[in-house]
Amino acid sequence: MSTTDVVVTGLGATTPLGGDVASTWDAMLAGRSGVRALTQEWAAQLPVRIAAELAVDPSEVMERVKLRRLDRSEAIALIAAHQAWADSGLKDAGLDPERLAVSFGSGIGGAQTLLNQDDILEASGPRRVSPHTVPMLMPNGPAAWVGLELGAQAGVHSMASACATGAEALSLGLDIIRSGRADVVMAGGTEAVIHPLPIAGFASMRAMSTRNDEPEKASRPWDKGRDGFVLGEGAGALVLERADHAIARGATIYAKLAGAGITSDGYDIVQPHPEGAGAIRAIAKALADAGVSRSDIKHVNAHATSTPVGDMAEIAALLAAVGDHPVLTSTKSMSGHLLGAAGALESIATILAIRDSVVPPTINLDDPDDSLTMDVAAHKARSLDIPAALNNSFGFGGHNVALVFTRA
Amino acid sequence: MATRAEITSGLAEILEEVAGVNPDDVAEEKSFTDDLDVDSLSMVEVVVAAEEKFGVKIPDNEVQNLKTVGDAVTFIEANH
Repeated sequence: MSTTDVVVTGLGATTPLGGDVASTWDAMLAGRSGVRALTQEWAAQLPVRIAAELAVDPSEVMERVKLRRLDRSEAIALIAAHQAWADSGLKDAGLDPERLAVSFGSGIGGAQTLLNQDDILEASGPRRVSPHTVPMLMPNGPAAWVGLELGAQAGVHSMASACATGAEALSLGLDIIRSGRADVVMAGGTEAVIHPLPIAGFASMRAMSTRNDEPEKASRPWDKGRDGFVLGEGAGALVLERADHAIARGATIYAKLAGAGITSDGYDIVQPHPEGAGAIRAIAKALADAGVSRSDIKHVNAHATSTPVGDMAEIAALLAAVGDHPVLTSTKSMSGHLLGAAGALESIATILAIRDSVVPPTINLDDPDDSLTMDVAAHKARSLDIPAALNNSFGFGGHNVALVFTRA
Repeated sequence: MATRAEITSGLAEILEEVAGVNPDDVAEEKSFTDDLDVDSLSMVEVVVAAEEKFGVKIPDNEVQNLKTVGDAVTFIEANH
């Protein structure tokens, strides 16, 4: 590996499938769904009454007083980041804080805090609004807290590119290390907006599945019966490290973050480009940046959110940019759509697929769309040697981010 | 009228809820910031909760004079 290579040396996550990476990965390989019926009173009035809530509530692993001053998206960002930090072995490695940066984002941010404090404002007046409100709802809050708790002094950066946020945060981390601004970047995404207003907003767009009676079957990418995405909450964190730095300290290396491609559609605020032009360019840029050819890509962890239009637009883009040979999956069939955390969680799944030579399944693909001409690991995990893999993320606003990971 | 001990005990409950302070550590001579580790934002929460609990108004310009638990007890005792 060259000195400007960037490798992944730590992973952390808290997701609808598990409270850490190991339990999340086990659940994915077993094909378990994290989608459940919402039992909260407020859910009864909504057209969408299902979601993928965290398997382990933050209150089970974080002290009460600390949670009082954190938005849920911040709390789970910290939980995931601390896991990744411990996993990397950097805690006691004597890393210079001025060589540690953070690149972390959220699609929506501290919306729960904003809405909850607005309830307090309406009911009890301004004096009762928490003095922690602003640091809890500010969009840079998760990145700032992660930077604070790890003592990062090389810069704390906050991405916001809707459902491409997690992947774009990794891409920025790659740039930071390549340009020499840091040796290590804690990168990832977080999202926690299972609350009536965001759900009502997405539902009003007709973007969400209303398969309320069969929660575990609601997220079904590429299936003819798909009717929208299922909202999930969670956080994923990855330690990115300059390869020679990692090798010098004898770190365990999961994979190489070999390249990234970012484009914008310039087409519509929410609709993907009909021919996937922006996605095609992003994938091509990522392959070129990674120095791999189309045929090298053996596996794709797709963005595929289970929406009627988006799933097939991505297939068209993959056929044009990569070809029909990779084995495809959408882990959102199990985790639901973690919005700003999706790119981080799915990068973790892509990396573990490379490490373990296995493609996690796409569950619920019972009746594939007629135009699905790619090979999907439907229903069951599939053994596969994966020297290189691609992870796609697309976001409202026309953001396209493709990441290429290779075996280290 | 609450006694000084009752006010101290009430403040201890608030400090535990807001800042995770062990009630056994709360005594009149303790400084909120230096001894009990209550930061400025949490102090705002303590003041608002104390106003509600004891039916007093604690003006913002008075808060800076409340260095110790005893200072707060004295203010609340004199004004509620």
